[in-house]
Amino acid sequence: MSVDPREWSTRCPVPLPSGDRITLAHGEGVRVTRRLLRQELLPAFANEYLGPLADGATLPAIDGPLVMTTDSSVVSPLFFPGGDIGTLAVHSAINDLAVCGATPLYLSLALILEEGLELDTLRRVIRSIGEASRRCGVSVVTGDTKVVPRGAVDKVFINTTGLGRLRPGAELGAQRVRPGDQVLVSGTIGDHGLAILAARNQLDFEGLRSDTAPIHDLVARLLDSGAEVRFLRDPTRGGVAGVLYEVLEHVAANIHLHEESLPISEAGRGAIELLGLDPWFIANEGKLLAIVAPQDVDIALKALRDHPLGEGAARIGEIRAGDDRQVLIETALGSVRVLHEPAGAPLPRIC
Amino acid sequence: VKLLDEYRDARLAKRLLAGLDCIVTRPWTVMEVCGGQTHTLVRSGIVERLPANLRLIHGPGCPVCVTPIEEIDEALDIAARPDVTFCSFGDMLRVPGSSRDLMRVRAEGGDVRVVYSPLDAVEIARREPGRQVVFFAVGFETTAPATALAASQAKREKLANFSLLVSHVLVPPALEMILRSPGSKVQGFLAAGHVCTVMGFEDYEELVRRHRVPIVVTGFEPVDLLEGLGMLVRQLETGRAEVENQYARVVRREGNRQARNLLAEVYEVCDRTWRGLGLLPRSGLRLRDGYREFDARTRFGVVRREVVEDARCRSGEVLLGVLRPRDCASFGTDCTPEHPLGAPMVSSEGACAAYYSVGRSNLPMSR
Repeated sequence: MSVDPREWSTRCPVPLPSGDRITLAHGEGVRVTRRLLRQELLPAFANEYLGPLADGATLPAIDGPLVMTTDSSVVSPLFFPGGDIGTLAVHSAINDLAVCGATPLYLSLALILEEGLELDTLRRVIRSIGEASRRCGVSVVTGDTKVVPRGAVDKVFINTTGLGRLRPGAELGAQRVRPGDQVLVSGTIGDHGLAILAARNQLDFEGLRSDTAPIHDLVARLLDSGAEVRFLRDPTRGGVAGVLYEVLEHVAANIHLHEESLPISEAGRGAIELLGLDPWFIANEGKLLAIVAPQDVDIALKALRDHPLGEGAARIGEIRAGDDRQVLIETALGSVRVLHEPAGAPLPRIC
Repeated sequence: VKLLDEYRDARLAKRLLAGLDCIVTRPWTVMEVCGGQTHTLVRSGIVERLPANLRLIHGPGCPVCVTPIEEIDEALDIAARPDVTFCSFGDMLRVPGSSRDLMRVRAEGGDVRVVYSPLDAVEIARREPGRQVVFFAVGFETTAPATALAASQAKREKLANFSLLVSHVLVPPALEMILRSPGSKVQGFLAAGHVCTVMGFEDYEELVRRHRVPIVVTGFEPVDLLEGLGMLVRQLETGRAEVENQYARVVRREGNRQARNLLAEVYEVCDRTWRGLGLLPRSGLRLRDGYREFDARTRFGVVRREVVEDARCRSGEVLLGVLRPRDCASFGTDCTPEHPLGAPMVSSEGACAAYYSVGRSNLPMSR
């Protein structure tokens, strides 16, 4: 543990700096906190709104309606193949704005740190948040840091709030969905949830990576294509099935899916088989689920496939008239089963 | 991971289904023993498309379903102890005991962890010597070799903080019981390929001799099951009763010698109570002399409390194949996966849950 003599002080009650770990002093002691912000946080997010370290950010006037969203990331482990908690925190806010039809502009960032967290770990997370937000073209304009006693959180919890401008003419919503509409996904399903499960349990599935990615550009491409898009969502927790059941809360219809058409990566399939899980319910962090008017399926698919994040886009099913409000799956043998919402988190089978 | 897509080929499956239509000339009732097979049959839609004369009964081969509620309670008592790290396969976490489940114990502060192999629990015991690490050893002959390996590693390393709560059960005694039970209509079995991978099928030859009932050792993919059904029906139609092996790509007559030796080294056969079926002689495994020190029941002085099961649950009849899940008055009403009355509604391999989770709607099927 190294201590910088310049930080020593004879004035009580400023605590001694802790060296390479976060202590409760980082959350409470004014000096230590300011040092943490100055050294570790601000440089990663440098922008004109954040600089003055005020209690809030004053932002320029925006023309038209705003969209705001908030999301908390609590993933364990913090780092996993394909991403980390930092990229997740940024992408989840960006993606929520995107599927509301908004162009993301600003983020807030709140960190809740566990006492004892290694500063190097925090640095890695911060760097990752900085890089991800820059890549998405958004600024982190305000933030907050708290430190809680060991055990009160698991290393780092992150909350991000996203603010965006609604795209002119964007009209999206489950209530716009009607029979005949087609259900599309932008690529392979389940990679994030499976990668986390594998990382958490040291299961080694070759090639399995989280799909965490910002999809705002992909959404823009789709909306610009001229296709009649009724509804967009990023199928995160609860998976594709969770989103579709949400749609059915607003539309009296049934959703017919084709089991064979759901794109699943080779590594993902292996994991699903071995663990006995159902891909329809597994979380994704960089995928788009779109419901589009039937006549525009080809235009929409082409727009998605022209984007690197949508190369694997596929039509997986359609909305059909009926008032059962059920998600139905047609099997390869041609019979139909109901996809029930699970009672809780998917649990791997014994054998 | 290499996947065997040829065993899921829809065209081949349809051809085999059509083949079954041709060979079935009389009504037959057969049982697939294993919950994994039930899962595939229901999920792929095969049950819907079988010839009307071929009736399938879903057998007791779901470890979650046959573990008695008293043993779940024992697990919950141990898991709730502050000094214990309780390790289990995932789907045991939601199985209700008489008043709560492992999820609830965890929410109340118990250290309950999902592991994928008993050896992971051994590893936890090595890493955390201050904790008492207990593995809930449930399952048939398929999972028993892995728990035996865990016990033998713990013994070799003298891991004093590791123990097993053993609830293993054996398949052949259950088949014997089904064949002897007066209400049973089962005329042939699809035996579970995985169990036979370990144990071989000499025990089944004995059953066939005694009861003159055909048994086909069968795999778990749609094509496996359809092939197995074809072999079984051909035996029935021609009046044969033999053990046949559809799953020959994996199963040998003598099974896996090494795994069997390990089982014999660590476990001995004992009488066991099955949930829904009652006490079956010589149908379970317990730790042998020399391994008793790893018995969690002794270590924690567990007291077994008798529990009266909800009278509305007719899981025994479902497990015996006398009652079809959808014919039970509680199915989907009083009894759902969120609020299960009995175990077959809990595990995705349980017959009731398998039917519930893929329950057919009243919509016409698209062909």
